[in-house]
Amino acid sequence: MTATVPPKAPVFLGLPTAPRGVGHLRGTESFPDAARHELRNGQLRANLGHATATIRGKRAGVVAEVPDWEQLRAAGKAIKAATMARLDEHLVSLERQVTARGGTVHWARDANEANAIVTALVQATGTTEVVKVKSMATQEIGLNEALEAVGLDVFETDLAELIVQLGEDSPSHILVPAIHKNRAEIKEIFARTIPGVDPELTDDPRQLAMAARTHLRERFLRARVAVSGANFAVAETGTLSVVESEGNGRMCLTLPQTLITVMGIEKVVPTWTDLEVFLQLLPRSSTGERMNPYTSTWAGVTPGDGPQEFHLVLLDNGRTAVLADEVGREALHCIRCSACLNVCPVYERTGGHAYGSVYPGPIGAILSPQLTGVEDNASLPYASSLCGACYEVCPVAIDIPSILVHLRAEHVEAQQKPTAEALAFRSLARAMSHPWLWHLVQRGARLGRLIARGKPTLPSVFPPPISGWTRSRDLPTPPTRTFVQQWTEEHGK
Amino acid sequence: MSAREEVLARIRTALGEDRAPAPAVVRDYRRAGDSPADAALLALLVDRVEDYRADVLRCGPDEVGATVRAALDRGLGEGWTPGTVVVAPGLDDDWRPDGCDVDDDRPAVQLADRAAAVTAVAVAIAETGTLVLDGSPTCGRRALSLLPDCLVCVVTVDQVVAGVPEGLARLDPVRPLTMISGPSATSDIELQRVEGVHGPRQLFVVLAG
Ligand code: SF4
Repeated sequence: MTATVPPKAPVFLGLPTAPRGVGHLRGTESFPDAARHELRNGQLRANLGHATATIRGKRAGVVAEVPDWEQLRAAGKAIKAATMARLDEHLVSLERQVTARGGTVHWARDANEANAIVTALVQATGTTEVVKVKSMATQEIGLNEALEAVGLDVFETDLAELIVQLGEDSPSHILVPAIHKNRAEIKEIFARTIPGVDPELTDDPRQLAMAARTHLRERFLRARVAVSGANFAVAETGTLSVVESEGNGRMCLTLPQTLITVMGIEKVVPTWTDLEVFLQLLPRSSTGERMNPYTSTWAGVTPGDGPQEFHLVLLDNGRTAVLADEVGREALHCIRCSACLNVCPVYERTGGHAYGSVYPGPIGAILSPQLTGVEDNASLPYASSLCGACYEVCPVAIDIPSILVHLRAEHVEAQQKPTAEALAFRSLARAMSHPWLWHLVQRGARLGRLIARGKPTLPSVFPPPISGWTRSRDLPTPPTRTFVQQWTEEHGK
Repeated sequence: MSAREEVLARIRTALGEDRAPAPAVVRDYRRAGDSPADAALLALLVDRVEDYRADVLRCGPDEVGATVRAALDRGLGEGWTPGTVVVAPGLDDDWRPDGCDVDDDRPAVQLADRAAAVTAVAVAIAETGTLVLDGSPTCGRRALSLLPDCLVCVVTVDQVVAGVPEGLARLDPVRPLTMISGPSATSDIELQRVEGVHGPRQLFVVLAG
């Protein structure tokens, strides 16, 4: 036997990213091309503008009433950083705890492996129907398509996911995937697709919600297998958690005989106490409520209460590649609240579809390219104006603008033939990381004022390659004083 | 190599040979500590629960039974049939309406026929208006507080804590917990909150003591 020789650690030449050809992390066209199509859709922009304004107001109100919000935010960030620093240990602990309480833990290197595991588990139960709780991870890996490919019927039970599924559409927001649809459009989808729906159905949101309730009720009561995601998993106790509003999550987590939870490996938190931070940060940041209507937690299997068979699938799918990037790994701290989407001026105009991934908006711009490798989502790190609003609202203080700049530099590095834009961003990234150089660049920008002669934008007098940029954009005249100068004057060094 | 070994090996590679120590977590946010609820805290709980459009009925410690019946009058309309109300198996005898149904080990889906459920809670968190049920005999299994369309929860004042940290500290993380903040709701249509989707559409809180 050779068992006495310890296995040699394999050598990784760059950790594997999420595979192509499965799941929803890559769009069919680049962000600027997709955005151009979406921008023509005035209805979409109106719907989005209305919805994001509503949620921004609610969030601001409930965050303002928490006196220790900044301390909670700092604790959230620190817990996540500490978790990532010992991710392997926490996952092993989680596995041990879940197993000890009657659950089964599976590991999946990527989307294909996770889909195969879940498909086999569902098939083993002999059922042909699966009810699902909204989950970003299962959308990311394209689980519904994989299950449908072997003839299983998959029912999304979250109202917005149901709207998306019935409308044969794709989600455009993390929290409210049907945010791009208004009530009239939703009424039309329900009237067309729900069998036996009340012909008198109006576009009143309450009536629409009741139509969904009736449609799904019987499905819940006969379901034998449910698939969920998880918002958090506690390493020290094996406690899984799903945060939701409608009760569809509770139906799925409680009624079927078998529960399969698919969770990205970054969702683990070390201790039960850590949840006291996230359960304060998440609801206020996401739906703008003090607390979401329902949070369920469970550890393994409880005799006489809920599913008697529990499977937890731990998913990598590019996450370890993100972890390997010391700057970019902060993207793994995301608790999927969607606050950054709601404040992003780019998202508000283009909507979620333009990002081509289940993760849209600012978080998508830093997460998707890292999960797939930046070459497969090369335009996303540019899908931002670096205004910093996302960082301000992020409940775990992810420095999204800095990661965007970092990824741009990485993308530029990866290109063999440097373009003018590439060179510009490379020097910008370098300048931004050296304060003295940055000051120098800003002084240089004052020269621009001479060319502008008092006009608000610079004339298109530039030679190629700069003309390639100014052809479709106005180059604003540099201000008389930079932000840093102004700050120094008003606040001292 | 198994997927497990490989994912763990990837994490070790990603973190590198010499790992930096895990950063310390500073918990300087509010953790009030557990102290008996005063009138202001109870008023806060009532305010927050009502803000979710749930109904709160306050009563003395000896008036719970009558108050539960009053809540059911509101939820089901007067003249409701006791047999359509199902209660948690460990619920205090004095709190149960006469002739009610007591949950047992029947298949959970059968609870969907019942019009209302009555349970106790494990903890109530004032600041967020949250009730926590922990699957113990007084709270009942999870399906009990889910399937009947009207839910009545009895909270005693000693169960009321200020914030989320104090609430979680009182709970056992390996029990199946359900945290309830108002009736089931959705914000999926134009981000307008609509109460009542799949969970109980009506929530009554009887605050005793
Ligand atoms: S990056 Fe921050 S703000 Fe954006 S969804 Fe994630 S946690 Fe929320």
